[in-house]
Amino acid sequence: MRYNERELLCLARQPAEKAAEILMRVPKKGSGLKRRLVKLVVNFLFYFRTDEAEPIGALLLEHCRITKEEENVFSISFIEEPERKYCFECDSEEQCQEWIEALKRASYEFMRRSLIFYRNEIQKMTGKDPLEQYGISEEARFQLATRKQ
Amino acid sequence: MKLNERSLAFYATCDSPADSAGFLYKRGERHGAYHRRWFVLKGNMLFYFEERESREPVGVIVLEGCTVELCDSRGEFAFAIRFGGAKSRTYVLAAESHAAMEAWVKALSRASFDYLRLVVRELEQQLARRELERAPEQDPERALERRAPRENGCAVGCEAEAGPRPPPVPPRCRASGGEPAGNTTEPSAFSRLHERYGSEVARLRQQWLERQQGQQP
Repeated sequence: MRYNERELLCLARQPAEKAAEILMRVPKKGSGLKRRLVKLVVNFLFYFRTDEAEPIGALLLEHCRITKEEENVFSISFIEEPERKYCFECDSEEQCQEWIEALKRASYEFMRRSLIFYRNEIQKMTGKDPLEQYGISEEARFQLATRKQ
Repeated sequence: MKLNERSLAFYATCDSPADSAGFLYKRGERHGAYHRRWFVLKGNMLFYFEERESREPVGVIVLEGCTVELCDSRGEFAFAIRFGGAKSRTYVLAAESHAAMEAWVKALSRASFDYLRLVVRELEQQLARRELERAPEQDPERALERRAPRENGCAVGCEAEAGPRPPPVPPRCRASGGEPAGNTTEPSAFSRLHERYGSEVARLRQQWLERQQGQQP
């Protein structure tokens, strides 16, 4: 699949919501835990070799499942292939929980659901649609009824 | 750079609702000839397929850090997705009607995660502020207390106006009609200030309330 790699690389250089050096294992036969710089930017998780400026890879965090594995360990898998796991071993249980929380909120879909929730709450409270001032109140993607998830 | 392409393809083709979908002509990078493709916008990802029935997208354009402009000089209903930075690619697309072109430009220019996050944060602050304002009305105990003599129970170290409620919210500075609030530094700063101010007052009021209750038999 073609994609705008240059722009994605540019995105990888943006300030991250969260970044840390974590041991990571990719779901490839024979691969072990390697120390990587892991960086969360918008709904992408980039991972770098610790001494390189360009990421080795990127994971789009949509339709994924974040699972607590054993102590200090969590994994990311995607719903169409739940057995294929990207594993991350943190330095502490606290760090592990922080990353799980951050990654669960990282998807565009989560952001959208939050928007719909806040919009609804404010509308109930004030009788006014808070999205009107942005001119986006009619957009189908923000309607409560149309989203089946 | 590796990308989780299989998951990306699944995201593109699964039955989660698309934000926009339709045929667009995409101008080829090398030859400048337009190719008709089926485009699907989901979130900040603009996928394109060779055919509507294709099982996998040909490609995807990640819509972060870009602007969308009309370039309709020859009546082709054309628009461009432009990225910043040197040597950045510009994607030129053309719709099949004026209405379609306008709809796509609108949808694509607000598709970024960044934009969505901005809106969510604004709403979050609005909700927090309204909940703070609403609390006095909702609680019958507090309604009673409002009828009591208006002592300034918050006198100690508090510069707030006399009385239990947070200061009233000035009329919001609204962005001009129809446009997304691009510059949110002013309302956001005020919201934060108001929230901090309001929670300080709420805390002092609570203390005063407790003292009042302590005085009653």
